[in-house]
Amino acid sequence: MRPDTETQVAEAIRDATGPLSITGGGTRLWPDEGQGARLDMTGLSGITLYEPEALTLVVRAGTPLAEVNQTLAAEGQMLGFEPSALEGSTIGGVAAANASGPRRVLSGAARDALIGVRFVDGQGQVVRNGGRVMKNVTGYDLVKLMAGSRGTLGALTELSFRTTPLPQACTTLQLADLDPAMAVPALSEALGGPFDVSAAAWHPAHGTLIRLEGLAASVASRAAALSDRLGGFGTVTQMQGNPWPQLEPAAAGGDLWRIICRPSEAAALLSRLPVPLSLDWGGALIHVCLPQGSLPDLPRFSGHARRIRGDGPAILPAPHPVAARIERDLRARFDPRGIFQGTH
Amino acid sequence: MMQMPQPDASVLAHRDAIVARLRDALPDAVIDDPAETRAYECDALSAYRCTPLAVVLPQTTRQVSRLLALCHDMQVPVVPRGAGTSLAGGSMPTADSVVIGLSRMTQVLEVSPQDRLIRVQAGRTNLSVSTAVEGLGFFYAPDPSSQLACAIGGNIAMNSGGAHCLKYGVTTNNLLGVTMVLMDGSVVELGGPMGESGGLDLLGVICGSEGQMGIVTEATLRILPRPAGARPVLIGFDSSESAGACVAAIIRAGVIPVAIEFMDRPCIRATEEHAKAGYPDCEALLIVEVEGTAPEIDEQLSLIRDIAQGFDPVEFRESRSEDEARRIWLGRKSAFGAMGQLGDYICLDGTIPVTALPKVLAGIGDLSQQYGMTVANVFHAGDGNMHPLIIYDANTPGDLDKAEAIGADIMRLCVQVGGCLTGEHGVGIEKRDLMGVQFDPPDLEAQMRVKDAFDPHWLLNAAKVFPLGVSAPRRERRLNSKAPDAA
Ligand SMILES: Cc1cc2nc3c(=O)[nH]c(=O)nc-3n(C[C@H](O)[C@H](O)[C@H](O)COP(=O)(O)OP(=O)(O)OC[C@H]3O[C@@H](n4cnc5c(N)ncnc54)[C@H](O)[C@@H]3O)c2cc1C
Repeated sequence: MRPDTETQVAEAIRDATGPLSITGGGTRLWPDEGQGARLDMTGLSGITLYEPEALTLVVRAGTPLAEVNQTLAAEGQMLGFEPSALEGSTIGGVAAANASGPRRVLSGAARDALIGVRFVDGQGQVVRNGGRVMKNVTGYDLVKLMAGSRGTLGALTELSFRTTPLPQACTTLQLADLDPAMAVPALSEALGGPFDVSAAAWHPAHGTLIRLEGLAASVASRAAALSDRLGGFGTVTQMQGNPWPQLEPAAAGGDLWRIICRPSEAAALLSRLPVPLSLDWGGALIHVCLPQGSLPDLPRFSGHARRIRGDGPAILPAPHPVAARIERDLRARFDPRGIFQGTH
Repeated sequence: MMQMPQPDASVLAHRDAIVARLRDALPDAVIDDPAETRAYECDALSAYRCTPLAVVLPQTTRQVSRLLALCHDMQVPVVPRGAGTSLAGGSMPTADSVVIGLSRMTQVLEVSPQDRLIRVQAGRTNLSVSTAVEGLGFFYAPDPSSQLACAIGGNIAMNSGGAHCLKYGVTTNNLLGVTMVLMDGSVVELGGPMGESGGLDLLGVICGSEGQMGIVTEATLRILPRPAGARPVLIGFDSSESAGACVAAIIRAGVIPVAIEFMDRPCIRATEEHAKAGYPDCEALLIVEVEGTAPEIDEQLSLIRDIAQGFDPVEFRESRSEDEARRIWLGRKSAFGAMGQLGDYICLDGTIPVTALPKVLAGIGDLSQQYGMTVANVFHAGDGNMHPLIIYDANTPGDLDKAEAIGADIMRLCVQVGGCLTGEHGVGIEKRDLMGVQFDPPDLEAQMRVKDAFDPHWLLNAAKVFPLGVSAPRRERRLNSKAPDAA
């Protein structure tokens, strides 16, 4: 099914008799997702409203992310949360996956930039929430609930985002020699100072990476001050080129795991894991490859680890039983016939 | 006038037994003497008052859990309360309710500079969170004007904003996790590092749920490094349109100041009389604040100056010293107090697309003439969050009704231009019956489903947010199912 309008999406859902997989570009699927009849959302395409002076974009869910990025760039703006530019990715998939890139440490996640949604629930009912203004507490915030709900509560049909001005200048500082566990204190030092760090990561090929963005003179002065501050961690150099797209983990043999933790917990976790594919968000996000079908043996920590590619769904530790009960209850209320696929 | 539902007669009839069980559970925490419970009869929407059945002031999550389990068992409605500064009637009790107040839960539980977070009990005041991390060079960004008094739990329930949210976002963007007690007494942790739990974003949906999903007892908040410095400029204009257009032009140029505040002539005049900040007597003024090191501030301000020149400002006042900066903010910070001198007021907070600013300001001007009421405007212009203040006289019969009527028209206007009823104060009882202006029935139904999942019996703060007629079937289901017992 490839509906062109919200009304057709609603009809398709009402008429569905078996499992449906709401799909955009299919670029961000987790294990076991994407089963059932495909409800292809790419027919709902196009920008509905773009007001650069109000930092507002309203866009249909099936619009390619590349098109959104292009339209914004032409007006000197961007999606501040920097979703990875995967081939074929749609803006609806970005929202449904809460896909957020390195700039999350400064600008927040997709859920923070998302200010309004329209969606069709499991009974084929169109629901609106939020709107097109960035401050809105009118009623419950279902926008947040839908962001990252991965097609389990409804089919997103239209989204409103707060946009961000493109920075005039950008530089990346590099500390080449730190191992990942040692990188985290350096990243914390940078993020804990008045430098407006816009990304803080570690990558096996580049080492420790810290990005500064903004007006040109300001970037230069912050780069100098931050280099000073980080002197104790090793030699700081300004990097040529743009390593940031490489933070998105590439396919590798085995299963891909995504671990969210407090940066202060990262060293203990890393000591039980092979060399990670990357650290991002100042050490709060670890991507690591593990042998197929295995589970990591991790100490108690305050976050969670999830297998996002490979053998089958897995999450550690098990979700809190009360939260799990509420989630089940919500899914049953938004999708009483249980037709939306999801791995949660 | 706002209506409230009939109190549950069977709860009122069992008052003494209910209080006895509460006191049995928490001997030192229960207040039921009407002379004392009266202190809890309203919040900052003081036109509406109702004394609760009892007030309980617990000190720990465990105690909150015991209390809620008890109330659940007795099917007694509960109204959570932080500091009672809600402007929407969010913490106003009902006669059949037990108020659970968090004023004794003010501890700092953990500070981690490395993780850039603080964990506090939810009764702690907003400002004292920043104070607790000041020595480490950090601050907590959301800064409602009520920050000296309001509690973090109330901020989370209302998803409160502040003057600096154009750059730093509102509460939901700075909240990493909560411990929350559900109405049946069960305790749940929501959120996690980066605010992520691994499942649905329940943290995102409880934030702004106005005390209707559970009682937040602890919160983990993101703290940010304090900027090297900040400096405001004041720009005066001879028309509101120019001021509005200047805001759009600044944002369009790619500069995002930490704050852009707007005041119109009625507000400037009242403020001058009260605070004598030395503001120019003009049609509209903006206070624009930028942050950074001195050279960074200079770079941004020179850009802003160039942009402002295009709109023929009658004044462009820079601050060369701490004292001058303080004087620029002085009028803005005393604006609400100054309005209070003019009479009683209702403070609205609809948000509009910034591009609709001139149209909405003109519309408010027309309504103000039509109703013969003074409306002063002072608001966060960068994000379109208006704060029209409607001045009325509580002692003149009919004046409050008139004020509410023009208020409703202004809110309708905000929705009509693509905005919303409330940008930061919440719906409470104040805007409850206007929800139909912004939402269709299925939109409200979807929201109520979420409450069903957290509080299936609709015992928590149930007479708020949704129009009474819309929530009635859910609220009354409990009463009906209880009817035989009460008889
Ligand atoms: C002079 C003045 C200026 C203001 N300025 C601003 C401003 O700039 N920005 C802004 O956003 N607001 C502002 N407000 C409104 C108000 O201060 C905020 O809504 C604030 O967050 C309320 O906090 P509180 O602790 O007083 O909550 P209360 O008034 O006690 O409660 C508010 C709501 O939260 C619920 N609640 C309270 N605690 C909890 C808890 N622990 N768990 C679950 N639910 C709970 C209550 O049931 C109620 O629905 C202002 C108010 C005043 C009087």
